[in-house]
Amino acid sequence: MSPSLVSLAIIFSIVLIGAITGIYAGLRREMNLEQWTVAGRGFGLIFTWLLAAGEIYTTFSFLGASGWAYSRGGPTLYIIAYGMLAYAVGFFILPDIWEVGRRFVLHTESDFFQQRYQNKYLAALVAIVGVVFIVPYLQLQLTGLGIIVEVASFHAISRPVAMVIAFVIVAGFVFSSGIRAVAWVSVIKDVLMLLAAFSIGIFIPYHYFGGIRPMFAALTQAKAAHLTMPGGTSNMGHAWYISTVLLTALGFYMWPHGFGSVFTAKSGNTLRRNAMIMPLYVTTLPLLFFVGFTAILVIPGLKNGDLALLTLVRQTFPPWFLGLVGGAGALTAMVPAAVMILTAATLFAKNFFRPLFRPSMPDAAVTRLAKLMVIVITGVALYFAIYSSTTLVGLLLLAYAGVTQFFPGVVLGLYWKRVTTAGVFAGLIAGVAIASLLMFTHHDPFMGLNAGFLALCINLATTVMVSLTTSIQPSGLEQEPAEGVVAVSAS
Amino acid sequence: MPTFQTMKPPRIGALLFGLIPFLGVCFTVPLWDRVFPLVLGLPFNLFWLIAWIPLTSLCLWGAYRLQSRAKE
Repeated sequence: MSPSLVSLAIIFSIVLIGAITGIYAGLRREMNLEQWTVAGRGFGLIFTWLLAAGEIYTTFSFLGASGWAYSRGGPTLYIIAYGMLAYAVGFFILPDIWEVGRRFVLHTESDFFQQRYQNKYLAALVAIVGVVFIVPYLQLQLTGLGIIVEVASFHAISRPVAMVIAFVIVAGFVFSSGIRAVAWVSVIKDVLMLLAAFSIGIFIPYHYFGGIRPMFAALTQAKAAHLTMPGGTSNMGHAWYISTVLLTALGFYMWPHGFGSVFTAKSGNTLRRNAMIMPLYVTTLPLLFFVGFTAILVIPGLKNGDLALLTLVRQTFPPWFLGLVGGAGALTAMVPAAVMILTAATLFAKNFFRPLFRPSMPDAAVTRLAKLMVIVITGVALYFAIYSSTTLVGLLLLAYAGVTQFFPGVVLGLYWKRVTTAGVFAGLIAGVAIASLLMFTHHDPFMGLNAGFLALCINLATTVMVSLTTSIQPSGLEQEPAEGVVAVSAS
Repeated sequence: MPTFQTMKPPRIGALLFGLIPFLGVCFTVPLWDRVFPLVLGLPFNLFWLIAWIPLTSLCLWGAYRLQSRAKE
């Protein structure tokens, strides 16, 4: 058998095992809207942790982090920092978001805005902005899958074809099983991902240099400047680092899929304890950096840094091992992609289409429309994945610039009585407009700062100023809870 | 009899614990973004961030203790 056949066969077996596990997990339960999107709100500490890990450690950390370590160097460090700080933010806000969700039986981020601000247009705007900025993140996952199949097949399968295959697998997976499937497949994915990260992160520097220490000794001799900021870039210095870390740490749980997964937890305290242990999961990131750094010296001159990890693995290990790493990578793209698609589809049907166009639509019809949107949204992401050439990290930062704009509306909504619907409307529109303008005209970084962060500051200032000039309004969070929900003592 | 209450902002003490990692790995970057001295063979900036992984967990544990004590 040729090497590409061996590695591809292993990748597809892993993907197949993942898909079957997911579909099986979904089959045993009747799928209504509550089950499909929040799994009946029954996930405890371990499942919540797995689900969170499943969504967070995506093909971005696998290929994108090592790719940026290879091509940009120092600025890549922002990924370790924001990972940790995001959990610190989550520690404080997630239990309260969860409590609101339980009290009013919410499924999505847009539901939260509806409940707090009692305005269906604001909620619909949140839904549609969420869907729009999930697309680049989804595009990132499909691109990652494409890269994996392309490299593992020794370029016999072209990337567009690989991405079409990925699209079919991911959409089918979401279609049949909902969120519970995702949590189960996360288990397989996490085990494989940890094994892959540890084995290649330690073995590759050892193989070429005799260890991590000699690898860095050689690298600091050859290219010391690459390892600090701005590294291989001209405009990603310390101001960029601070603004990017803040943007991404604050925005991390503003992802509609991250926000939605909060509601799957059994209690607010589960989320708080979860936040304490999550930073430890960041440990795999430096290992992936090691691979990218080793690649600088061993395979210099790659045009696309995102290929660095897999190219080096292919050159270092036998084909079956490349298949294993590729399979782990494929699952790290599939699992988060599934969650994103599921969330975006639900947002569109439940929070955008129904309230604005068909208020009398029954839940069953919403579920059907959501399933149709699974195909549409994945198709759009596939289109962009095939026709654009942004790096994986570049895509992530674009998406963050958009979703972090929800932050003022959520946090002020929770803790500040004086915030008004008009304020949040104005702030969100200003933030999204400025972020889009700067990103799409290639003005990021802008004056040394992350463009999304600049937009967030303007958003926050606008929200506060407009809120203070409009008349005070009652908070929807103080309404009577949904029927059947009982008060519990703080746990 | 437990009742529904409005959201209370986190306790100041807990919030301060939560801010420590922001000082450690975000705002202070000009102080530690350097290659030398290598520590355990790692560039100093990378070593610094890795060291903050367990420290961040520890800070959140501190915040958790304060927050739980506030409830009693």
